[in-house]
Amino acid sequence: MTENTAVSANTAAQKPTAKQSSHLLEKAMKALFFLCACVSVAAVIVICIFMFAKGCPAIAKIGVGNFLFGTDWSPRNVPASYGIFPMIVGSLYCTAGAIMIGVPIGLLTAIFMAKFCPKKLFKWLMPPINLLAGIPSIVYGFFGMVVVVPIIRNLFGGTGNSVLTVSIILGIMILPTIVGMSVSALKAVPDSYYEGAVALGATHERAVATVVFPAAKSGILASVILAVGRAIGETMAVIMIAGNSTIIPHSLLDSVRTLTGNIVIEMSYAEGLHYDALIGTGVVLFVFILLLNLCFNLVTNRKDKG
Amino acid sequence: MSDRMKTYKTHPMSLVFNILTKIAVVLTISVFVLIVGYVVIKGVPYLKPSLFAKTYTTENVSMLPAIVNTFEMLLVSLAIAAPLGIFCAIYLVEYAKKGNKFVRVIRLTTETLSGIPSIVYGLFGNMFFVLALNWKLSMLSGACTLAIMVLPLIIRSTEEALKSVDDSFREGSYGLGAGKLRTIFVIVLPPSISGILSGVILAMGRIFGETAALIYTAGTIAKYAGLTDSGRTLSIHMYSLSNEGLYMNEASATAVVLLAVVLLLNGLASLVARKLSKGGN
Repeated sequence: MTENTAVSANTAAQKPTAKQSSHLLEKAMKALFFLCACVSVAAVIVICIFMFAKGCPAIAKIGVGNFLFGTDWSPRNVPASYGIFPMIVGSLYCTAGAIMIGVPIGLLTAIFMAKFCPKKLFKWLMPPINLLAGIPSIVYGFFGMVVVVPIIRNLFGGTGNSVLTVSIILGIMILPTIVGMSVSALKAVPDSYYEGAVALGATHERAVATVVFPAAKSGILASVILAVGRAIGETMAVIMIAGNSTIIPHSLLDSVRTLTGNIVIEMSYAEGLHYDALIGTGVVLFVFILLLNLCFNLVTNRKDKG
Repeated sequence: MSDRMKTYKTHPMSLVFNILTKIAVVLTISVFVLIVGYVVIKGVPYLKPSLFAKTYTTENVSMLPAIVNTFEMLLVSLAIAAPLGIFCAIYLVEYAKKGNKFVRVIRLTTETLSGIPSIVYGLFGNMFFVLALNWKLSMLSGACTLAIMVLPLIIRSTEEALKSVDDSFREGSYGLGAGKLRTIFVIVLPPSISGILSGVILAMGRIFGETAALIYTAGTIAKYAGLTDSGRTLSIHMYSLSNEGLYMNEASATAVVLLAVVLLLNGLASLVARKLSKGGN
């Protein structure tokens, strides 16, 4: 800024009008850039207002307890009942399953990619892992429907549309998130940590597992939180393979409906309080995501300070 | 190598750990190969020219209208999101002072936006664009919803690209008498163009594969749609086909097209980004 004003002061005497108009343009463009920067803030505010303004009254009308902990979702009955507890449980089960499948595989993959992988091989292995993130969720759902569902059906019986199937597909879908972020976290650990451990007599693997890995834990934790967010918010892939019945699943092979699935399946014909109850379902999902974002921020900010 | 084996003999856990990581990598890569391979093998035989016929009928579920709609959706939502995102990033990098509170607010909101699941965008779009603004189920409602969705992606990649331009470029430009605006457009933007482009291409990939945010904003009608008409994009087309259960073969053919385009876009994005890092050095 200082050079800028000095220059304009120098030339201002020679061409005052041209300089003035360009000065005006500078100001106008700065204002434009600022306005564009405000858009994302405005978007978040408007999204929050609309979600809560429409969803919260519906939840209040149904009753917070009845809505969150009611086990009966039958919006077309008279009187209708709107309990989304089975969906909350379903979402949590599926996310937990996805974490149990995706996190160990993802972290082990990340450790290999960051520390054990020869450079030449890295160039070949990383692109497919990143591309996993690019595959549309509808294709994952299709793959789950025509490949995983029949396998589960043949192995364990039942319809194959189950918590287990959803967990497997979601576990695959969160892999790239976990691997990508954890690899950069592991690579950011200073080499001196590893060298120190090896100098003290640790094997290569022991040094990585007991010294480098713990040093990268906040980045790794952040990747897991992000992965939880992806899993809980995933919609299209889930509804194609979940079975979507509105009862609390009691085994891995039971059909399940998630919060996201509830919205997509019933939006097309929902009216009145039913529509608002679906927005309420969205609000519950939204609150989950906001809490996860909060955790994510806490974890990453701590990393910045440390 | 024999040294290694000796160490492993005395430290069996190290060997186990090493093997476990290798198994994990093989699993991860083979999942990718399996999905892509399965979709291609299953879908390519059904990829007949008739599937690209001009109109969609129940006898011949042509995907051409959906493809045309998808490109319309891409153009409109990027026309909204790209300038907004790029200008926002310019403000953040070039104008805002470091440690500014407003910058922190913007960063927090973009992070929030990127964490919101697409179905919540769909709900919001349905409430705001479709009902409150009364745009009905239309391509425009869908495009605006998607524009908000991909905004954080474009902001972040543009920010990275602008930051990677060395400050000496800017100082040199100011020293030669150029104003701030001129410096941004003539000096800072050209070298960061490939970084910005890779972000935009990634955004295209997301728009192309998006379903949940579009079903209740753009609708599912299988016709060529104007901006104010409801129309389905290719991924919604695939969802409708596989959901009805009658057109599984056609759905798998659509999956091939979808997968090919998305993988191509992602590959292109990383190629462009790599060009950036080479140019930077």
